[in-house]
Amino acid sequence: MDYKKKSILGPLSSLKYLFKDPITVRYPKENKKTYPDVEGVSPQYRGRHINDLEKCIGCGTCMDICPTGAIEMVEFDDVKEKFGATKKRPVIDYGRCCFCAFCVDVCTSSSLSMSREFINNFTTPIDSFMDKQGEDISKNFILRPDTRFSNNPGWTTNNEYSWLELERVVMGIFDANTRVESFLEMVKGYTKEEAIKEARRCVACGLCKDACPIHMDIPEYIQAIFNDDVKESVKQIYKTNPLPEVCGRVCTHKCETACSIGHRGEPVAIRWLKRYAVDSLPLEDYTKILQTKPIKQINKKIAIIGGGPAGLSSAYFLSLMGYKIIVFEENEKVGGIMRYGIPAYRLPDYALDKDVDFIKSIGVEFKTGYKMDKEKFQKIYNDFDAVILATGFNLGRSTKVPGTEKEGVIQALDFLQEVREFLTGKRKDVKITDNVLVIGGGNVAFDCSRSVARLQKMKYGKVKVTQVCLETLDIIPADKEEVEESAEEGVVLICGRGPKQIVIGEDGHVKGLDSMKCESVFDENMNFNPKFNEEDRLICEATMIIEAIGQAPDYSYIPDEIKSKMKFERGKIVLDKDFSTGVDKIFAAGDIVRGPDIVNGIATGLNAAIGVDKKFNDQ
Amino acid sequence: MTEILTYLGKDQQYEKYELFFGPNHPGMHGNFSYILTVEGHTIKKVDPDPGLLHRGFEKLAERRKWMQNIALIPRICVPEPDINEVIYSIAVEKLMGVEVPLRAQYIRTIILEMARIGSFLFGFGGIGGATGLYTASYWSFSDRDYLLDLFEWLTGARVYHMFIIPGGVRRDLPSGWTDKLSETVDYLQKRLYEYDRLIYNNPLIVKRLTGIGKLTKEEAIEYGITGPNLRATGVKYDTRKMVPYAAYDRIDFEIPIQTEGDGLARAIQKREEFQLSLDIIKKAIKDLPDGPVRAKMPNPLKFKVPKGEVYVKIESSRGEHAYYIVSDGSDKPYRMAVRGGSYTAGLVLAQKILVGMRIEDVALWMATMDICPPDFDR
Repeated sequence: MDYKKKSILGPLSSLKYLFKDPITVRYPKENKKTYPDVEGVSPQYRGRHINDLEKCIGCGTCMDICPTGAIEMVEFDDVKEKFGATKKRPVIDYGRCCFCAFCVDVCTSSSLSMSREFINNFTTPIDSFMDKQGEDISKNFILRPDTRFSNNPGWTTNNEYSWLELERVVMGIFDANTRVESFLEMVKGYTKEEAIKEARRCVACGLCKDACPIHMDIPEYIQAIFNDDVKESVKQIYKTNPLPEVCGRVCTHKCETACSIGHRGEPVAIRWLKRYAVDSLPLEDYTKILQTKPIKQINKKIAIIGGGPAGLSSAYFLSLMGYKIIVFEENEKVGGIMRYGIPAYRLPDYALDKDVDFIKSIGVEFKTGYKMDKEKFQKIYNDFDAVILATGFNLGRSTKVPGTEKEGVIQALDFLQEVREFLTGKRKDVKITDNVLVIGGGNVAFDCSRSVARLQKMKYGKVKVTQVCLETLDIIPADKEEVEESAEEGVVLICGRGPKQIVIGEDGHVKGLDSMKCESVFDENMNFNPKFNEEDRLICEATMIIEAIGQAPDYSYIPDEIKSKMKFERGKIVLDKDFSTGVDKIFAAGDIVRGPDIVNGIATGLNAAIGVDKKFNDQ
Repeated sequence: MTEILTYLGKDQQYEKYELFFGPNHPGMHGNFSYILTVEGHTIKKVDPDPGLLHRGFEKLAERRKWMQNIALIPRICVPEPDINEVIYSIAVEKLMGVEVPLRAQYIRTIILEMARIGSFLFGFGGIGGATGLYTASYWSFSDRDYLLDLFEWLTGARVYHMFIIPGGVRRDLPSGWTDKLSETVDYLQKRLYEYDRLIYNNPLIVKRLTGIGKLTKEEAIEYGITGPNLRATGVKYDTRKMVPYAAYDRIDFEIPIQTEGDGLARAIQKREEFQLSLDIIKKAIKDLPDGPVRAKMPNPLKFKVPKGEVYVKIESSRGEHAYYIVSDGSDKPYRMAVRGGSYTAGLVLAQKILVGMRIEDVALWMATMDICPPDFDR
């Protein structure tokens, strides 16, 4: 370009613009037609917030990311309470908000978005004075966003643009063909790098803490793992959980169901992270970092009947409180359902032993091989200052359909115990056949069918297990992973069918199961009350049947005099708020109180321990 | 009468006096001031007086998480906020060793060039304002609105976009956006000839700008002058070419230079670079690859940057804009320092070059040098 070509008349050419329309418009008086399909401001404008209060879970991640500190979480009464959510909702100070929409990009439940509304007009309260004026202004400035502007949406965030890490670090697991060949633990566990990467996904909202029956300090121990401080992590875990090796493997993980990241993507693998923390610290180091000595000794003797999760939990906490504890266990080793129920491929013995050894090391005494009866119980009751019942649901429950009394029909717990004894070498063989049918849809039923699959593979080289359950896949009580993994291992699952009778062959042996269609499992009040269609029948062939439809408690060891003073409801003992049975000195914990899982056992164990302590402190 | 005044003027007390050239003067940019010692109309001494605008950005950044800083740093520079986001993101990416997807690099390039054009339009307005040609200001500010509309469409906000984040950008381009951008680029190209007629072919402006704050190559280098002002003295140095970032190493372009080094050369240099930016945008739109716009980044609440320090510089419309960031491995920066494009010009060079100029030249010199007070107060 030649800048030398100067002309004094050049600037006069701008006079032609006198007659042109101005570029800027007086929106909203005049319509701004800059963007296609939409009038006014940009289609993804970052204006006033929209929050779907129903969808919002009150996790407070928006508050944590807000760079200006404009968001505060406030508890509201008009918000409905639901599992995995708090009653808090974000309240935004528009005097501070910089409309960056970071809150929208990190929203875990995708309830928060921004609208195209940006005008906030109000009359200045010039009549009011001093503090009152400030208050009146803040009423117009500090607002709880709701769906008021939802008809004019602007900036929204889908999963692709979310700032959260929605995908879980893949857990190493042996493939189906390998794992079905042995009872070795199939989940490999996280390495250090994987664990730190997984811990990084956590937004520390604390919803998991509310959902956990023992209210573990989950955000804290995940933070410690993220900081590569395993010792601190174990410390945090042991504050509430004396069985982390077990819980890190087989917990029903309510925390992961509640995890806020789970609303958009996969929840944080809280259970595996716990397992990583305790696995990576040897038992010798436990004593260096954890409390092993009580603050003061209390000269009271407590008996705990049953060495399952609840009994061990009570024993641990009471021992730390300074009591003298003796745990009475019927079997050769303590552990209860953890040792004799859950198969070794899910919970290997060394993991359980590590937890038990630590509890032992703080001074808890175990009396194993001690079969309780009325006489012994009466003696213990007289000798000890308090007794905690933690015997669990240790009897199998039968479907009681015709034919269950036959020889080829056995109970799940008996079968699993046999398998355990077989694996530890106490028993040479477990009686199975090449075609087995399992009745039930819970985790125990899957444990049975997957154990059978492994045994069949060892014995016959091929798997033929059929599992029949009442529930359809959407309401099946077992974990999702169990359903998927068992299918990979060759277990055939038939859903929505109930047993009618056991088919007995001419030779008197079991030949199969006659099943009928289950129309509904629960009645209107959500009570278990299955309805069957007897017309729709299906006969599944099998030469051995395992019933795994649930367990029942055994109270036969309690003397009648004491038993008559206790209250029972649906097989469980009714307790007062201190976990006392109503009989002096007798407390209860575990499945016989609330269940049926390990973490609830630990929670009730702790509660019973607190109840016992309260009793002696009150005196 | 005249004789009496001359006699009084000879008195030491009235010969020299101090003039406060600060925000009270319409030619001053922002909240900054020069305390001028003048003799008659001639400047004898200059004392820059920064600090009135100090907003403590560097300190504030140390108290915010790495991701939260994205909302803070664009505010360091109003006319061209995006450079801050880009430098900060590049710095964090360098420390973390993150590879940014190519599409995001191109989008960053387009945004940077749009911001540069916006800033040059501000500059046209500044020259217009300082010479009394207010038509230039009105035109440039209304033309800048077209760019702001596009920014609003893409990022959801007009001035502070907070759009470029470590790992890439926050959103992909909306459908139809590049077409609209091409339209706007064509429109601005057409308008550039109008600006030529109004400013650069205008003998009055040319005469007024000629010789204002003349700099030689050696002086410019000695005083750390960068950007268009350096290139106006004949030094062919551009960070986009020398230390390529974003997608500049993939786009073919030639840096224009001037040789005179005075106010007019600087103004013409900016006009030439306006043209260059339009060309770069056109090329970037043509080459825009497909793919993701954001690398996988950690959860912003547990965002830790490995220990280390990094110095990142990019080319802004005023010169080399740079960040020096030190990380101690935690979730917040340990220290962040900003080097603005006009840092040395406004504080150091001014003390030398303004001496001997007339008072009315100060505003014009500031407009041609693009002195931006946030560059020294941040």
